[in-house]
Amino acid sequence: MRWCVRRLFLPLLLAALGGCATPEERDPRDPFEGMNRGIYRFNDTVDEYVAAPVARTYRKAIHAELRGRVGNFFANIQDIMIGANNFLQGKFEDGVNDWARFAFNSTFGLLGIHDVASEWGLEKHNEDFGQTFGRWGAPPGPYLILPFLGSSTVRDTAGTALDWSFAPLTEVRPIDLRNTLYGLYLVNTRADLLDASQLLQEAALDRYVFQRDAYLQRRRSLIYDGSPPREKLE
Amino acid sequence: MKMLIKMVLLTLAALALPVAAQDAAPDALVKRVTLEVIDLIAKDKEIKAGSRAKLIQVIEAKVLPHFNFGAMTALAMGQSWNKANAEQKKQVTEEFKTLLVRTYASALAAYSEQKFDFRPLRAKPTDTDVTVNVRVLQPGTQAVTIDYSMEKTANGWKVYDVMVGGVSLVANYRTEFANTVRASGVDGLIRDLNKKNQEKK
Repeated sequence: MRWCVRRLFLPLLLAALGGCATPEERDPRDPFEGMNRGIYRFNDTVDEYVAAPVARTYRKAIHAELRGRVGNFFANIQDIMIGANNFLQGKFEDGVNDWARFAFNSTFGLLGIHDVASEWGLEKHNEDFGQTFGRWGAPPGPYLILPFLGSSTVRDTAGTALDWSFAPLTEVRPIDLRNTLYGLYLVNTRADLLDASQLLQEAALDRYVFQRDAYLQRRRSLIYDGSPPREKLE
Repeated sequence: MKMLIKMVLLTLAALALPVAAQDAAPDALVKRVTLEVIDLIAKDKEIKAGSRAKLIQVIEAKVLPHFNFGAMTALAMGQSWNKANAEQKKQVTEEFKTLLVRTYASALAAYSEQKFDFRPLRAKPTDTDVTVNVRVLQPGTQAVTIDYSMEKTANGWKVYDVMVGGVSLVANYRTEFANTVRASGVDGLIRDLNKKNQEKK
């Protein structure tokens, strides 16, 4: 029996892996393109049949104003770790800014549903552990598509794992409430992106490539807070 | 990633550039065209009712004159540009332009009253290649930056690249274009772009 597995199963497995790991021309940034494309298709199917339809229904049912409030609520909670990451990157002024945002929005902004801090000149930032690692000099490593989550890199996957383990939402109890909040967050976020995903559909010849290149450009820009050393196009 | 797509969307929405005095400063030009287009689509009944054709008409009249599509296409094609003959260059530029205009129309259609922050230009009066920064503000999310790379030409300032949230539109087409040209030549690229442009609507 074991012999059988070795003689038959293993070669089949290798053939299957090999079969999906050989695109015509490899992009050095994306050595696992074959596997990534497989997961991309899977994510796409999940999105097409579950996530996007739910988000469309949600968008029809819930007024834009209310959806905005929901988004603000979650954005406010995230400011805690955004601030922490700014401190880790040595940007103390930004970190203080983010924590002040959280303090003002949680109180005057009624648990964050009003972003009063922005109106008072405290800007919202975008930070996470992946960016912190990048700031510390970690290279992105190979591009990855994560099941359900989409575009990432080896560095950003490590970052995302840390982001999650520190996300205040994970501490919420009872579990039912936490799960409800997770669900609301996901649906609200997806609903926000309905127009954007439609746009991607229209703009790209090969959506996989377009999204990958945009992701890599975007992350690079974020690590340098919007002003990366310029790469002149020839 | 999703954030990114959203930025692209918003950025494209701010792409609006209008017909102006040709020696207008590039930042003033961007501001005037953006506000003019936003105002136009806010008032137009047909566009509000969802008329894509009318929206494209507005873009063609107000925005297109300020873009240098030849330069954009050349940058997106990289080395393949030099391999193309004059007729191919013309065709690929035309198809790419159509694709960008359609995409832009979708972005504008999704625009919903975000506020703009037009940043003062940091350049010397003698500069002929500048970047104009605009920020799109929305409560609860980080402002989306839109950077217009502009070059001074005999016909006034022309946009040759747009960066949304740090993503260069032109650079983003490079790999796709290179892959297509490698697989099926410049004619293959023209064919693919044309096919894309024929899809629905």
